Amino acid sequence: MTGLGRLGRLVLIGVPFVWLALFFVLPLLIVVRISLAESVIGIPPYTPLFAHDGVRLKLHVTLANFALIAGDDLYLRAYLGSFVNALLATVLCLLAGYPIAYAIARARGARRQLFLFLVMLPFWTSFLIRVYAWIAILQPNGFLNEFLSVLGLISAPLPLLNNQFSVELGLVYSYLPFMILPIYGSLSALDQILVEAAADLGAPPRLVFLGVILPLTLPGIAAGSFLVLIPAIGEFVIPDLLGGPDTLMIGKVLWDEFFNNRDWPVAAAVAVVLVAALAFPLLAAQRFLAGTRAA
Amino acid sequence: MALLEITAISKRFGATLAVEEVSLSIERSEFFALLGPSGCGKTTFLRLIAGFEVPDNGRIIIDGTDVSGLPPYVRPVNMMFQSYALFPHMDVAANIAFGLRQERMDRRRIVARVEEMLALVQMSDYRRRRPHELSGGQRQRVALARALAKMPKLLLLDEPLAALDRRLRGQTRLELTAIQERVGTTFLVVTHDQEEALSMASRVAVMNRGRFVQIGSPAEIYEHPVSRFVADFVGEVNLFEGELTTKSNGPALAVAGFVQAIPLPPDTELCEGAVAALAVRPEKLVLSSSLPNRFAIAAKVSSIGYLGGGSIVHLTTEQGRALKAYLPGSAAGAFGRGARVWASWPPENGVVLTQ
Amino acid sequence: MTSLGSRSWFCIGALALGFGFLYAPILLLVLYSFNASRLVTVWAGFSLRWYGALARDEAFRSAAATSVEVAAMAASLSLVLGALAGLSIARFSRFPGRVVFGFALLAPLVVPEVILGLSLLLFFVACESWLGWPSRGIVTISFAHATFGACFVAVLVRAQLAGFDRALEEAALDLGARPWTVLMRITLPGISPALISGWLLAFTLSLDDLVIASFVTGPSATTLPMAVFSSVRLGVSPEVNALATLFLAAVSLLVTLAAWLMAQAERRRQTI
Repeated sequence: MTGLGRLGRLVLIGVPFVWLALFFVLPLLIVVRISLAESVIGIPPYTPLFAHDGVRLKLHVTLANFALIAGDDLYLRAYLGSFVNALLATVLCLLAGYPIAYAIARARGARRQLFLFLVMLPFWTSFLIRVYAWIAILQPNGFLNEFLSVLGLISAPLPLLNNQFSVELGLVYSYLPFMILPIYGSLSALDQILVEAAADLGAPPRLVFLGVILPLTLPGIAAGSFLVLIPAIGEFVIPDLLGGPDTLMIGKVLWDEFFNNRDWPVAAAVAVVLVAALAFPLLAAQRFLAGTRAA
Repeated sequence: MALLEITAISKRFGATLAVEEVSLSIERSEFFALLGPSGCGKTTFLRLIAGFEVPDNGRIIIDGTDVSGLPPYVRPVNMMFQSYALFPHMDVAANIAFGLRQERMDRRRIVARVEEMLALVQMSDYRRRRPHELSGGQRQRVALARALAKMPKLLLLDEPLAALDRRLRGQTRLELTAIQERVGTTFLVVTHDQEEALSMASRVAVMNRGRFVQIGSPAEIYEHPVSRFVADFVGEVNLFEGELTTKSNGPALAVAGFVQAIPLPPDTELCEGAVAALAVRPEKLVLSSSLPNRFAIAAKVSSIGYLGGGSIVHLTTEQGRALKAYLPGSAAGAFGRGARVWASWPPENGVVLTQ
Repeated sequence: MTSLGSRSWFCIGALALGFGFLYAPILLLVLYSFNASRLVTVWAGFSLRWYGALARDEAFRSAAATSVEVAAMAASLSLVLGALAGLSIARFSRFPGRVVFGFALLAPLVVPEVILGLSLLLFFVACESWLGWPSRGIVTISFAHATFGACFVAVLVRAQLAGFDRALEEAALDLGARPWTVLMRITLPGISPALISGWLLAFTLSLDDLVIASFVTGPSATTLPMAVFSSVRLGVSPEVNALATLFLAAVSLLVTLAAWLMAQAERRRQTI
């Protein structure tokens, strides 16, 4: 934008820059700082960074919180549990989402837009309410159990709620659109010429799919997978509403640590470890996506 | 004083020198064309004049004022964009009025000027339409009206006819020249279409790889090209590469594959042995089925392309060289494919090129 | 991609199962919001009693009002911030801190909400102890929502700017408009679909947010999701069914409107 002037540029860039620095970067730094503090009774419920012991300023940091996390089995299981649940949900989303994306990509013209719209619409309605809807369906006297009972398929209600099954179901249900859209994006960008060329050269449909379509939609698959995996790891609402006592996911642990135990430093430490743990898939995602984009 | 005076401007993008030490002088009310292949730097040159690029060195002087460092919105230059760039959220009248509003012109005067412009391009009935409701040709007229509304000293046109179909192109060409004459504004057209350039402009500059290769009237450019590039780029040409030699009846060109040296125009002044090329336009070639009594090349007709008012006859010589001849009317009917002909021309109809 | 003929059964099946899965819970909710009985399994006839109960429920009403207030503020803030951010990133290829800025624009989209919520709360607490402001409530929730909302708006603005014909801006400059005028009269109107849908998106996200609001709220501010959450933790609540239906209807209407507007604008742009 030629000639906007130094002041114009400063305002244009500076305003959002300062806001993000203040409301995103700085808070994260504060989390790190508090993870190094100790829990105390008071407001705020953590030790100050600098303490004046009468002679000079001392930096008051401790790694006790991290030691606690490393030592307690609960946290380790929660991190692992989150990762496993998220990974499972990603795979399920992929298996369910790819056919749907494929079917949408095959539709013609206006129908495609309609289908995409219908895929996105649930996303716009309340996430909380959609997760809650599953409670009504999965509970012992809920819709599904009654339905199966009426059909005579079961004699006693199935335990469908408050366990691994319902959590996975909830995750897949909530994150499915995030898998469908990137895969659709890849599929719709796929040059039909390539498919026809493969068929012309004698490849049967299965081979056309495995050899041509699947590899070329890998970027979409990767994007969708990361869009599901990374947020799902830190998911709170779904394990809280649909999970049971042995559902250990780190988002819930963080919440409990903060609201129920009122231990802010430990909660902060949990958060720091979570961000660090997410750094690996995030970097992998960035590298993979940058690589495929360059290709 | 010339209206546009450009002194040795250069523009570099990274490692590429888009415009190299170009100088140009354009007079008031001239219709000037800048002709060149894509990538030659002509669009960059135009943008330098408009103010969208800043020259690395050199000066641009418009009507006595040095505008080299000035931003586009203060230069007395307006541009008609190749894509027209009509503002989609405004109707035709608002588009045309846009530049006038920036001048803080009086409301009534704006309305009057807009009407004037609409009448000039014959779009008066379309003043309330939106750009997406117009055809390509109509959009072009609005773009022209918008660019002329401010009565700029210089109007830049970037490939004005490129987006139009062939018939519309011819029509629009006439309209553009008529409007230019009426309004008297200096026009600078940039194009890769030599037909466009030669038919509309009073002076043409041929550009290649960032430099001006030749500046002259359309006839000069066509009849007297100064380099192989110009001869080849503008119109069709038959080129013979060889060395200068002197024969009994005057200067000639010794060309590989020809037993006899090809006669050159009698007034050719070059040293013996100099490397040169001879350019002969297709319409200068005379085809006959019997050997004429001047230098002639034996060839076979490989194909005839009928163009309506004449035909392009493609010939292949015994050495495998391809030649092109243009025969008006139905003269090409005398020859069929595979016919053996003699191609000749009066020596003064060739042009000797040393560049 | 055009069809390959004999695979249509697969496609029909995939679509039917897929959309069935996505919409069945929602449709069930809607259905049972009209159920006279409290129980999910017993259909006791068509009734609007739950809508009546919802309308009379003071807690839900004030929570809804709070949510709308917060969402409107957050969406408007998001719009301004996101538009500025999107324009900056798209138009300026070099400035100090651009890499960090770009990262900070995308990170809130993927970082788990619990972390965003926790970090913002700790930030507000620190602010309060240093500056005495802000006290947590509607303002803090709005600021928090504006932060991630801005990132979403920036994505939309960037995408729309990528397809924006810069010749329009140059034409405006050429006709004498100063850069600020070009921005206001040409660029912003040109990306208006992104701006409108950005505001709507930020509004919806704010309205829907539970986790971040729970972290950064104060004693006086309860948002609608927070009210719903505390209600459903105890089990199925038919009032919530009614609320869900109303919400769905409202959002569907808004989203359809926005999609229609964007399609119109796209159509207008395509023909140029």
